[in-house]
Amino acid sequence: MRITIGSLEYTRTLQNMTTTPLRPPKFTDHLDLLESHAIFILREVAAECERPVLLFSGGKDSAVLLHLATKAFAPQQLPFPVMHIDTGQNFPEVLAFRDATVAATNARLVVAKVQDTIDQGKVVDPGLLGSRNRLQTVTLLDAINDNGFDAAFGGARRDEDKARAKERILSFRDTFGQWDPRQQRPELWQLYQGKVNPGEHVRAFPLSDWTELDIWQYIEREQMALPTIYFAHERDVVMRDGMWLGVGPFVEPRVDEQVEHRSVRFRTVGDANCTGAVLSSASTLRAIIDEVTLANVSERGATRADDKFSETAMEDRKREGYF
Amino acid sequence: MHVATKDLLRLATIGSVDDGKSTLIGRLLVDTRQLFDDQLDAVVAASEKRGVGDLDLSFVTDGLRAEREQGITIDVAYRYATTPTRKFIIADCPGHVQYTSNMATGASTADLALVVLDVASGLKEQTRRHLCIAALLGVRSIVVAVNKMDAVDWSQLAFQRVVDEIETLSRELGFTSVDIIPVSALLGDNVVGSSTNIPWYDGPSVLESLEASEAGAWEHATTRGARLPIQWVLRQPGGGRTYAGMVCGDTLRVGDAVTLLPANIQTTIAAINFGGEAIDEATVGLAADVDLAAETNAGRGDMIATAPLPKVVNELATTICWFGERPLVVGQRLRMKHTTKVTPVRVKNINGVIDIEKLDIDDSHSLSTNDIGLATLQTADLMVVDDYRTNRVTGSFVLIDEATNATVAAGMVGHASFL
Ligand SMILES: Nc1nc2c(ncn2[C@@H]2O[C@H](COP(=O)(O)OP(=O)(O)OP(=O)(O)O)[C@@H](O)[C@H]2O)c(=O)[nH]1
Ligand SMILES: [Mg+2]
Repeated sequence: MRITIGSLEYTRTLQNMTTTPLRPPKFTDHLDLLESHAIFILREVAAECERPVLLFSGGKDSAVLLHLATKAFAPQQLPFPVMHIDTGQNFPEVLAFRDATVAATNARLVVAKVQDTIDQGKVVDPGLLGSRNRLQTVTLLDAINDNGFDAAFGGARRDEDKARAKERILSFRDTFGQWDPRQQRPELWQLYQGKVNPGEHVRAFPLSDWTELDIWQYIEREQMALPTIYFAHERDVVMRDGMWLGVGPFVEPRVDEQVEHRSVRFRTVGDANCTGAVLSSASTLRAIIDEVTLANVSERGATRADDKFSETAMEDRKREGYF
Repeated sequence: MHVATKDLLRLATIGSVDDGKSTLIGRLLVDTRQLFDDQLDAVVAASEKRGVGDLDLSFVTDGLRAEREQGITIDVAYRYATTPTRKFIIADCPGHVQYTSNMATGASTADLALVVLDVASGLKEQTRRHLCIAALLGVRSIVVAVNKMDAVDWSQLAFQRVVDEIETLSRELGFTSVDIIPVSALLGDNVVGSSTNIPWYDGPSVLESLEASEAGAWEHATTRGARLPIQWVLRQPGGGRTYAGMVCGDTLRVGDAVTLLPANIQTTIAAINFGGEAIDEATVGLAADVDLAAETNAGRGDMIATAPLPKVVNELATTICWFGERPLVVGQRLRMKHTTKVTPVRVKNINGVIDIEKLDIDDSHSLSTNDIGLATLQTADLMVVDDYRTNRVTGSFVLIDEATNATVAAGMVGHASFL
């Protein structure tokens, strides 16, 4: 045993201690580690759960997730469908990307529409310009129920938010789809167990330990395609609640707002009316990685109005069953 | 299973409630500028709102509403940090005895434990329990932050008293690397830089010690035979099959002589793929798929292994950390998940509970919540296992309540040497 207290270092020899020769593995890239870990989780959940589904928004994290899933089961097709919760307030570029990507992977796409939930009278229509962000939870839980899914893969990362930082890789949801942060299952080693009773389900987060930078570096390494709005482009924007919003069908300039033409890109992709753009000239992956490395505002802080409602906005939504 | 790379260190904070674990991690993250401006602003705003001063550093990781209300960590927070020398995955664990299973969750994947204790109170029972669990889980390196030095007027005497206690216990538990550092998490002394308040200490700060520590120390000590617990069978276009899983123990190479267990079929590795592409070898931690030369009907739960082979058994001598609400008793039925296999088990014998103070085994025949004890388990299926000290993956399991599906125990094959 080596004990160090400042410069005072001394060694004690212990009896009965066997030392094994050191043989460090050759793996040296942390992206390799994250990648294999994610693939391992995808396979475990696919094997243990009856009806998994992969939640796919068309954003960069779910694109990475789908890419990893394809690797996990190559050369077979995905053993589960892909599901998009469609708020009806999407960026058109993202929908185009969704369809192209899903077609390329030959996966079965399930689309669950918030509009349908509204039409069924389960939630109140917030109007064309109102946020449907919170309503998605109802659509998501209905779709999970209706399809009998017992596991849903999501692309959430623990570095995104302080409530997500607390969540297990396999996160248990009760029959109401609720997350109870005080009653999480112990999750030891990499023994992921996703067994649930009827009506309950698990959310599985294979990208839990990835950071925003890891995602971008991986996208670059794998030369993955992404929706074009992640790259710098010219767009009419207005400044609202401290964020640049792209003017379009879901964002109409208000009387006091000045429309400006700027070079922007999106750091996250959510609903068009609550996802802010950042001023940027980064038009390549390399430039984006440089930008992310130097950023002093967090990804969600810079771009998500939905997280600014309260101190524990994400925790509150997650408790209700949000992604 | 977590592969050692030089540039990534997984650490978990351990120690008794309120001794300053979250404050220390908050300090470490703030002083190394890991927080974005808006995250720091949010911590400041939350501190003001709750009337706990300008900046309550524990709020950096204590992100749940209930945690902030009660000023206590309930569940593990994972944070990520990068310094010029390496990347860190930090698990900030709760200290309260009620949340011991959450602490075990955080520590089970750690290379190193960052032990935090209050210099004024020294080694409490809960600190001893955490150290004991960390040792059982195979953590070999610890960095001990003797905290709240500001509250004892930076007294070297107070520090030295605690040091003696830590040394004795560390020796008993068999830690191989122990750095002991006097700190004030609150004020930042010896956390990132050095301290003018503690001139009598000239060693590394907590950060310097973490940067210098050996990552994945114990993975190296577990290289004794390659294993691939089969997760999934992949059908290949030509009609063949490959077996997918994460390699552990040692590198697996094309041409290696392997045994498929428990069937005990000897064959060789005909091919290895990753993500659909052929490779020559799969290092530890790679989620690969392999083709075997022999025709077999291998499936999920079987294991491919090189010599020295694991044991094939239906009775296991184990060390159990029990988290269930009701006691674990002889004759009880549970489900076990071991590698990729799930099987019913029955408790054949309980051979005592660890006395945390004395570090020996009493003669109890049941385990109460948060007890650590020795138990013999009978399994319905044949299990392919290694001793936990040889292989952390093939030597570990969890026990599951058959009715609720809750995970109620962490288990290790064999017994730690200090018992
Ligand atoms: N004087 C002094 N107080 C400290 C120091 N570090 C932490 N504290 C205080 O100790 C209390 C507990 O700190 P936490 O960081 O929440 O303790 P913890 O170990 O994370 O507690 P749990 O996670 O609930 O087990 C808080 O009031 C801190 O301000 C220190 O260096 N000096
Ligand atoms: Mg804490």
